[in-house]
Amino acid sequence: MAVNERIPGSEYLEKFPGGEVILAKSQDVFNWAKGASLWPLTFGLACCAIEMMTTGASHFDIDRFGSGVFRASPRQCDVMIIAGTICVKMQDSIKRLYDQMPEPKYVIAMGNCAISGGIFYHDSYSVVKGAEAVGIPVDVYVAGCPPRPENLLNGIIKLQEKIRSTKARVT
Amino acid sequence: METAIVSKSIQERFPDAIVETKPEWICLKKEIFTPVLQFLKTGHLAFINLHCITAVDRQGSVEVVYHLYSFEHKWMLTIKVILLDSDLTIDSLTSLWSAANWLEREVFDLFGVKFTGHPDLRRILNPDTWSEHPLRKDFKRDGFIPRPVR
Repeated sequence: MAVNERIPGSEYLEKFPGGEVILAKSQDVFNWAKGASLWPLTFGLACCAIEMMTTGASHFDIDRFGSGVFRASPRQCDVMIIAGTICVKMQDSIKRLYDQMPEPKYVIAMGNCAISGGIFYHDSYSVVKGAEAVGIPVDVYVAGCPPRPENLLNGIIKLQEKIRSTKARVT
Repeated sequence: METAIVSKSIQERFPDAIVETKPEWICLKKEIFTPVLQFLKTGHLAFINLHCITAVDRQGSVEVVYHLYSFEHKWMLTIKVILLDSDLTIDSLTSLWSAANWLEREVFDLFGVKFTGHPDLRRILNPDTWSEHPLRKDFKRDGFIPRPVR
């Protein structure tokens, strides 16, 4: 039992003698699978979406990271790439799309507008000051105006790292 | 063609319609402005195209700006009408140009100018629940952050 004491929730593992190692490893396997098949939502708001499309095309090839399957329905998506300026009239739709995505769900705020409002921070009556202001929790921020495709790929790799380092949740 | 020529032909027909004439624009009186624009459209100057309606907030007054184009003379004319903040109403031009419908809705949306005689004067761009007019200098709203003065 000395080994089990170092694992969180080791009292839970004791109910299945001999299975604790497999349980811990299966979580790692799930995390690896989750991170390697991040399906994004087909969803662009402004010029960052053009850069996102470029990332999806053959030259940069987002498929190398398993994120090339852009789905047209939020029900089939894992990650929402908020690519562009969030306008006041658009924010309810974005919130609804986020709410419709099944768990586990992740958000990448792509570009300065989705982070904080960007160049529209001052003197703009129509732009919401970033995704957090709409009430959408952001996992990865990708800075740039717009970010290069390499930068978005870097954001996806960061999100994969975050998912893979997620600890098993023991209830 | 020059603005002075247009100004002269307006003056012949409507002696007290013009407030001021500059090389760039003609400023008209609000009360007599509809017949003058009717004359500009149907008269020999043939400004048959209403190109744009916009406005400028001068803090105390609002200038409504009309851009007319004459295909015959290949020339664009700028007409201004000054409205005081206490009375932001002006005649609608929808009876002359149907293009004025949406343009006037836009000016109403952004500046709060009321166009009397407009068939459907409601907001065109901003949410219907708003009561403010964003391009006015005194615009304030939750989430609106003015640029800091340096």
